[in-house]
Amino acid sequence: MSRLLTGLVGAVLEAWQELRIHRTRVLLSLIGVAVAVCSLTTVVALGGILQQSTAELSERQSGRPATLYVSAYSQDGGQVDAETLQTAWVETVSRYGIDYASRVVNASVPVDSPNGVLSVGTQAVDQPYGEMHRVRISEGAWFTAADAEQLAPRVIVNSVFWDSLGQPALDAHPLLSLGGDDGTTAVIVGVYPSADWETEPAMFMLADQLAAFQQADAGAGAAVDPFAGSSTQYELWVPVGDWEALAAAVKRDLAAAVGDGATVDVQRQDAAQYGDDPFLVTQMIVGGIALLVLLLGALGLVNIALVTVKQRVREIGIRRSFGATAGRVFFAVMMESVVATVAAGAAGVAAAILIVQSPMVHDLVGQGLVTDFPPFPVDAAVLGLVAASAVGALAGILPALVAVRVKVIDAIRY
Amino acid sequence: MTLLHLASVTRTVLPPDQPALTILNGVDLDVEEDDRISVVGRSGSGKSTLLNLLGLLDTPTSGVLEFAGRPVKQYASRERDRVRGREIGFVFQQFNLLPGRTALENVIMPLLYAEGRQFWRRRAIAAEMLEEVGLGHRLESLPDRLSGGEQQRVAIARSLVRGPRLILADEPTGALDLDTGQSVMELIDEVATRTRAALVVITHDPAIAERSRDHYRLDHGVLTRVGAEVGAA
Repeated sequence: MSRLLTGLVGAVLEAWQELRIHRTRVLLSLIGVAVAVCSLTTVVALGGILQQSTAELSERQSGRPATLYVSAYSQDGGQVDAETLQTAWVETVSRYGIDYASRVVNASVPVDSPNGVLSVGTQAVDQPYGEMHRVRISEGAWFTAADAEQLAPRVIVNSVFWDSLGQPALDAHPLLSLGGDDGTTAVIVGVYPSADWETEPAMFMLADQLAAFQQADAGAGAAVDPFAGSSTQYELWVPVGDWEALAAAVKRDLAAAVGDGATVDVQRQDAAQYGDDPFLVTQMIVGGIALLVLLLGALGLVNIALVTVKQRVREIGIRRSFGATAGRVFFAVMMESVVATVAAGAAGVAAAILIVQSPMVHDLVGQGLVTDFPPFPVDAAVLGLVAASAVGALAGILPALVAVRVKVIDAIRY
Repeated sequence: MTLLHLASVTRTVLPPDQPALTILNGVDLDVEEDDRISVVGRSGSGKSTLLNLLGLLDTPTSGVLEFAGRPVKQYASRERDRVRGREIGFVFQQFNLLPGRTALENVIMPLLYAEGRQFWRRRAIAAEMLEEVGLGHRLESLPDRLSGGEQQRVAIARSLVRGPRLILADEPTGALDLDTGQSVMELIDEVATRTRAALVVITHDPAIAERSRDHYRLDHGVLTRVGAEVGAA
C-alpha cells in the first residue's frame, strides 16, 4: 500500500514537474484539446438544455406524460348533452381515483378596460390543470381549491394583460369587470409570463366560475350553454404504466353513460408518447464533429509527445539508473499526458459553461420560447472531463511504450 | 561482506547479420564492502558492458553474477530496478543532471523512487546531502548556472542521497580539469569512506585509478588484476 501510494504520488510529481518545465510546449499542444473539449461539452450541454426546455414546453402545450384527451360527440355531428357528460365525467374520475383531471374550454370573455370592452381569450380549466401543464406563474399563485368556492371569479392573466392594466399589486386584490356594465367583478390572483410573440391579453379562469358567469350574464333561470358554444375538452393525467388500461376503462364508462347515440374518444396526446428528440440528429452531427476535433487534438498530442520522448531518452535512462522501474517510467510518461489533458479539459469545460450560460446564447437557443433555462447539465461537464482524461491516456500510451524500451546505458551515453 | 560476485562472466551480443560478438570474456571479480576498485581500459574494451552488469542494468550471457549473495538472474526485472535504486549509486562522466531542474530537484529525483521516510522527507534529505558536498548555497541553481565541478558535486550528492552500498563511477573526472577532478575524487572517496560504501571507478586516467586500492585492466573483454599481473611477473 505504501509502495503504491508513494509510486502514485511520485509519478504525478514527476509528470507535474515535466509539465512545469515545458509549459510553453505543453500549452501550445493542448490548445486543440481544450477547444475540442469545450465544443463537445457545449454541444452536449446545449443539447441537454434544449431537450429539457423542449420537454417542458411541450408539456405546457400538450400535458405531462401520460395525458389523455377525452371527447364525446353524437353520431349526427351535434354536441352531447353537457350536463349528462359532466355528471358521467365526475363519476368516472372519482371511480378510478384520478386526482388530476380537468376540463379545458377556450372561450372569449368581454372585459371592461379604459379602451372600451376587450374580448379576452380565456382558458377555463379546473384547479389541477396548473400542475398537469406545468403552468408557470410569475406573480401571485395558481388557483387553489378555496378559489373555486368564491362567488367572485378568480382569474390569472398573462403578463401582456397585466402590463396593460399597469401591473397592479396582487396583494391589493385588483379587480376586473367582466361582461360590461351589468357584469361580474373578477379578482386577479396571478400572472403568467407571455411568450415573446404574444401581444394580446389572455387569461385563465376556473371552468365552474366561467359557467356561473355565463349563467348570470344570461339572467337567472335562462337556458344557457355554460360555455357559450365552446366545445369542452376533458383531460386526465395518469401514470404512464397504466394509461392504456385507464383509457379503455374511461372510454367504456363514459360511452355507457352518454348512451348509444354518442361516441367517446380517449387518446393520449402528450409529446412524450412519440419518444422522439427533435435535436438528436443535430446533436449527434455536431457532437461527432467535436469528437473528430478531439481525436485530431489527440493525434497532435501524440506527435509532440513522441518527439519529446525521443529528446528525453537520456533523462529516462538516468531515471532508470536511479531505480525507476519500467512500469514507473510508463506510468509517469502517461501521467504527463493525462495531467495535461485533464487541465486542458477543465479549461474547456469552464469555457463551455461560460458560453452556454451567456445571455447571448440563451437568446439564440431559446428564440423567445424558453423563458426558464435549466442550469448547466452536470453530465455534460463530467463527459468533457472524462473525454479529456481518455484522450490523455490514449495519447500517452504510445510515448510511454517508447519510453520503456529505452536502453539505459545507451541512453546515458546518448 | 561480498556485494558483487562475478565468476566466469561472459557477455555476448548478436549484431544484425553478423556473427556473435563476445564483449566480456570470463570475467572474475569480487567487490567487498568498503572496497576501492579501479578498472582501466581503452575505448571498446568492454568498460560500458561491465558497468551495465555491475549496475544490474544487464545480465550476463553465461557465468555467475551475484548481488549480496543472490544470483541476479533470480531477480525479477522490477525487483532488480528497486535494488539498483536502493543499493547502487551512479556517477557519470557527463554529470547527466536533468536539465531545467534545480540542483535540489536533481538530488530529490532518486528519492522519488524510494519509499517511507526517504520519500516523504525527500526535500530535507536532499538539501542535507547538498550541504554535505558543499553546495548548500546553490540549492535553487539550475545546472547551466553551475561550474563543471559544482555539477559533478550535485551528481555525487544525487548518487549518494539514498545511502547506496555500491558507488559506480564512470569516468567521473573525464569532463573536469586536473585540479577539479582531484577534488571531486577526494569528495567521492570521503563520502564513500564515511558511508562504508564500496567504490568502483571506471577510468582511462591512471592518476585517478591510482587512488584505488585494487586495480584492474580490461582489455578485449578480459579483466585482469593489475597487482596480480605484477605479482605473476
